[in-house]
Amino acid sequence: MSVVLTVNRRKRTVDADADKPLLWVLREDLDMPGTKFGCGAGLCGACTVLLDGQAVRSCQTPIAEAAGKQITTIEGVTALPAGQKVVDAWTRIDVPQCGYCQAGQIMSATALLTTNPKPSAEDILLGMNGNICRCATYVRIERAIREAAGLETKA
Amino acid sequence: MSAITGKVALSRRSFIAASLAGGAALTFEAKIALAAGPGVPDATVLNAFIRILPDNSVIIGAKNPEIGQGIKTMLPMLLADELDVTWEQVKIEQTDANEKAYGPQVAGGSTATPMNWLPARQAGAAARAMLVGAAAAQWSVDAASLKTSAGRVIHAASGRSATYASLAKAAAAQPAPDLAKVALKKPDEFHIIGTPRKGVDTPKIVRGEPLFGIDTRLPGLLHAAIVKCPAIGGTLVSHDASAVKAAREVVAVVPISSGQCPAGKQDAVAIVGTSWWAVQKLRDKLVVQWDIAAQQGFSTELYAKQAAEALAKAPDATVFKAGYADAALAKAAKVITGDYSYPFLAHATLEPQNCTALWHADGTAEFWAPTQNPGNGRKDVAAMMGIAPEAITIHMTRIGGGFGRRLMNDYMVMAAQVAKAVPGRPVKLLFDRTDDLRNDYYRPGGWHRFTAGLDASGALTAFKDHFVTFGANGKPIRAADMPASEFPASVVPDTHLMQSFLATNLTTGWLRAPTSNAMAFVYQSFMDEVAEAAGTDLPALMLRTLGAPRDLPTERPSIVFSTARARAVIERVVAFAGWTGKPSTVPGKGRGFGFYFSHRGYFAEVVDVTVADGAVKVDKVWIAGDIGSQIINPLNAEHQAQGAAIDGLAQALVWQPIVQEAGAVQTVTFSDFPLLRMDAKPAEIAISWVKNDYPPTGLGEPTLPPVIPAVANAIRAATGKRLRSLPLQLA
Repeated sequence: MSVVLTVNRRKRTVDADADKPLLWVLREDLDMPGTKFGCGAGLCGACTVLLDGQAVRSCQTPIAEAAGKQITTIEGVTALPAGQKVVDAWTRIDVPQCGYCQAGQIMSATALLTTNPKPSAEDILLGMNGNICRCATYVRIERAIREAAGLETKA
Repeated sequence: MSAITGKVALSRRSFIAASLAGGAALTFEAKIALAAGPGVPDATVLNAFIRILPDNSVIIGAKNPEIGQGIKTMLPMLLADELDVTWEQVKIEQTDANEKAYGPQVAGGSTATPMNWLPARQAGAAARAMLVGAAAAQWSVDAASLKTSAGRVIHAASGRSATYASLAKAAAAQPAPDLAKVALKKPDEFHIIGTPRKGVDTPKIVRGEPLFGIDTRLPGLLHAAIVKCPAIGGTLVSHDASAVKAAREVVAVVPISSGQCPAGKQDAVAIVGTSWWAVQKLRDKLVVQWDIAAQQGFSTELYAKQAAEALAKAPDATVFKAGYADAALAKAAKVITGDYSYPFLAHATLEPQNCTALWHADGTAEFWAPTQNPGNGRKDVAAMMGIAPEAITIHMTRIGGGFGRRLMNDYMVMAAQVAKAVPGRPVKLLFDRTDDLRNDYYRPGGWHRFTAGLDASGALTAFKDHFVTFGANGKPIRAADMPASEFPASVVPDTHLMQSFLATNLTTGWLRAPTSNAMAFVYQSFMDEVAEAAGTDLPALMLRTLGAPRDLPTERPSIVFSTARARAVIERVVAFAGWTGKPSTVPGKGRGFGFYFSHRGYFAEVVDVTVADGAVKVDKVWIAGDIGSQIINPLNAEHQAQGAAIDGLAQALVWQPIVQEAGAVQTVTFSDFPLLRMDAKPAEIAISWVKNDYPPTGLGEPTLPPVIPAVANAIRAATGKRLRSLPLQLA
């Protein structure tokens, strides 16, 4: 079936089953491999994208649910003011190790700062605890979010 | 990775090989190929690693697999410093796998620093010498009168200078210098080594650019999902794919046979098609019959029962013996015993195992492989497919986590078989998370029964360990061994290390700081018990037991254990953490210590915990490490140390055992095998490096082991409870 998606402010028409997860439509049909496959069960957060600004697990989101909504992926996150700040802080602090989870981390951090520009330590934990980093870059993820929010002096 | 680049033609003229001695008598071969690597128009090739561009920028080849350890940045730093260019001039490119051109290309054992510290610098210095030689010839001056700086050769006496770019063509025609004799910088001349440098791929990662094996994109790419035998080692009896083949997305159904796959049969059926999402969904429709008669008896429960039985009997073999441990124990003023254990663990790299392969019409094969050991992958594929190793081209992708899982190349061997069934079309084979957790090369579980004797002065005089591990044919299987030089057996006069073997069908392998991650927990936890019995604390007992500064041999002739270096990191962490050995006056708070030597690195660590309502919160970790004279990239060193410490905390507190029933692993999701999340991150990790004159060594692994016993010992201090098995659980 033909579905029209709005991805990073661009309309894209895909021919895929309605139950195909957004993750695989992005990776296979739209040639956008920035969004990552980690567990396929909504447990690791590697596939996080924004749907109308809300962080969702794209592996658990059938495209039928995404149609008609604004989809933002890592490839387009810097178009959002919070996304640009997050990406800048991530780069400045050199957050990634292997880097595989970082697209998902950046999307969750962007969603957090969009709705809550000055998050408390507790808020950061709540916003980010769904995203696993197997290399354990958590110390820098927390610092990058605080810097992006202007809560900490830039290194 | 956006198009098929074709097989990279490596012209192999003018190889220079030089045998060099570096580090602690570590011997290796360094080779420079005078022309290698993919062509860039207008680039002048100075050697296998260095190409100079007309704008005076330099392309440096990064040869090792990048798994997040920062090697793609670090090795080029060594070359760039000796080449004498600025870091801003450098562009880094991942090389293909070609050990003849580049030397060893393995991400394992924290070996990259000791193995490359000299050869990488020599390759940079050799290229610099050729540029200097070209300028000397052009200006008719003595090469010794020339200096270099920021990618220019300078003749101070005449005020002449020239960019490397302007000299590159003439330099390429210069004779390549003898690597063993080329002059290297003194440490105070380094301008890149020892300075903090960000990861070369960080800007691409934060933009979501395709870098990883799973991101490989090629024209006409097909996808493969697998149905693996639920019990590792089981064999495929028959399969009926008629319902699967009816689907429009399906191109082929390929039985994958066992045989040359590393360590154990890998029978599977691959469904190949135009979408991975589509083919993986069709796996339910595949009718497969497996033979698991030889595997179905194995279970977690059986191992525990057999281990208890083995501990009650005489051991199967001696690992190390000195003096007479039983006689010494009979005379001891105090005898301490303790039984410890730890479970099977998975690696759980976040990027599931995958590999893209293309079988060419001429019988050669090309791979895009996230592997930590492409050289072994080449051998395994050649053996399985019956083709020459030279017929295999391997492109190395960035890797979404290794931790030792990708030292094994089962996914390459499987992808090769699938690709051969669809010749001329690239196919990406991808495990889902269940495939990944069920088909790991697990960190093997183990059991230890310790006995230690103290004399009246509190000195450790006798030591015994009966280790129950997994083995076959009277030997431990992969990564199930124990070092004969394990401390304190290496220094206690009457000592006996023994082992017994259990059988398993599970494939085992190396998990970050292999062997050490388990041994550190059991040995340093038990030593904490011994310290208590001796009326002292663990750092004090360690210093007393280590004794006078001296070098002790290990299993590997090239590695010695220096008690002086061990003492120095223990003393450093004691001072740095303000360790007093006194219990905390705050209820629920406790402090623990652990020391471990592995992968040439010496690490002593202190952990503070707070225990409330049975939950353990790690407040702070102090790390004192000795990895020699030079931290090459201090920024990355900090990242690695933070990550390794938290990875150790995960093993101590978060990861659950791999569970096996009726031959098959039952741990199939991140609910069964939870990974550490941000809520378990310590509030602070403090790091202090002990510098000395020893050659630089790696730190990705040796930082990890001591944190595990340090947490266990801290929990003991906080609660009075001694936890003797992993994960540490109070309830």
